[in-house]
Amino acid sequence: MKPIVSDLGDLSNDEIRRYGRHLIMPEFGMEAQRRLKASSVLIVGTGGLGSPLALYLAAAGVGRLGLVDYDIVDESNLQRQIIHGQSTVGVSKTESAERRLNDLNPFLEIVRYDVPLTSDNALEIIAPYDLVIDGTDNFPTRYLVNDACVKLGKPNVYGSILRFEGQLSVFYAQEGPCYRCMFPEPPPPGLVPNCAEAGVLGVLPGTIGTMQATEAVKLLTGIGDPMIGRMLLYDALEVSFTTIKVRKNPKCPVCSIPADQVELIDYEEFCGVPAHDHAPAEALSTAEEAFDADAPVPQITALALKARLDQGESPVIIDVRNPPELEIAALENTVLIPKPQIMIAVDEVLSGRKPIEDTVIGQIPRDREVLFLCRSGVRSTDVIYALRDLGYHPASLINVEGGILAWAREVDASMPMY
Amino acid sequence: MPNIRIPTPLRAFTSNEAQVQVGGATVGEALSNLTVRFPELRQHLYDGETLRSFVNVYLGDEDVRFLDGLETNLEEGDSLRIIPSIAGGAG
Repeated sequence: MKPIVSDLGDLSNDEIRRYGRHLIMPEFGMEAQRRLKASSVLIVGTGGLGSPLALYLAAAGVGRLGLVDYDIVDESNLQRQIIHGQSTVGVSKTESAERRLNDLNPFLEIVRYDVPLTSDNALEIIAPYDLVIDGTDNFPTRYLVNDACVKLGKPNVYGSILRFEGQLSVFYAQEGPCYRCMFPEPPPPGLVPNCAEAGVLGVLPGTIGTMQATEAVKLLTGIGDPMIGRMLLYDALEVSFTTIKVRKNPKCPVCSIPADQVELIDYEEFCGVPAHDHAPAEALSTAEEAFDADAPVPQITALALKARLDQGESPVIIDVRNPPELEIAALENTVLIPKPQIMIAVDEVLSGRKPIEDTVIGQIPRDREVLFLCRSGVRSTDVIYALRDLGYHPASLINVEGGILAWAREVDASMPMY
Repeated sequence: MPNIRIPTPLRAFTSNEAQVQVGGATVGEALSNLTVRFPELRQHLYDGETLRSFVNVYLGDEDVRFLDGLETNLEEGDSLRIIPSIAGGAG
């Protein structure tokens, strides 16, 4: 394919020395390096995928990198987000990344966008770039990035990861399919867990992000065959790489219509989930009000629970986390029923396939108050809503506010947080 | 028997099995047999009798929609794969 960057930048002698390993390859040479120098890449998300992406593209000699992220660096990011470090915990991710990238390559120009990418600002942010790389962590932003790229005629280097699996492709509507050709609609909310809930091997974004960076360099310089019309599926446990075909959908709701008629929509509404993979308290309370304003989930704080336990009470506490999480931190005398098991059982009961007493829900009493606990209070809230559909009285199902993290913060400072 | 590869998000409904061997002479029969064995899967794969739009089923490297859909013939040892829609970027 011909390079998407037609301009050739000028390289100083210092830059020529720096990029020598590129320049001596006949397939690459001065021309490709000068194209990289003239190129601009927007990286959406400076997290797991964005870290290796930004590092390698900066090192390789891309002229201008735009970084979109409104998050701040947290210690729990450092298991995989290697562009950040202990010294930048608490700093905005784009600033943290900028510091590292300036150290890696002083010839690089960096533009920071400390805002969420939304339907209102996406076109303006994306327009000045040659290429976009999707390193986000949620469905609404992925559909937004795709639709905006189709509208603006930009290639979108896609990477996505979960647990031990990754996907890689290049969506470029002018040359092949777009993301919506493969995934016209998002899965229903709740079916596909995010990394915050299901976990991810810390090395995996390194594998996929690095391959996204490779695809970006190929597209910008016109070397090799980009992953347009194909998707790579990587399974880290099996070490299997499988390539499948992605066809352009002639009825694609986005890339089959003229680009100027593509409209950016409300992607959170379209996907039914918020545009991030964590749930701050205010988002949670909004979700509750939207579900049933008259019956918000009753909450108990960690301190209030501690006080009740100290007084000798022994409430039923159901821990809905997954077993590996209990090995990190747990309360005593709780009943473990992981959320996925409860959700399956709710479905079995509602569809009439099984009576309640034959499922795990049979262990959850109806005649008294039951407390639900997870890591941060999100999954336990989901479980409570699901159980209400089975006729549990709303007042009897109580959420431990902030989950085991709140317990670690407010009650037991020796407990690890994760 | 055809082999069906189950993606991570759906393994909660297959007792964590990543690969399942099922009988079936067509893609539709194999998927139907899969959901008989794991009934919880059915609502995630089907909307009535048709596959849900976000479920991508591949035979080898080809989307079955571009073969004969659920009527696509299967041979002994064929590999079917359900391609999940995942969004993680480890933010």
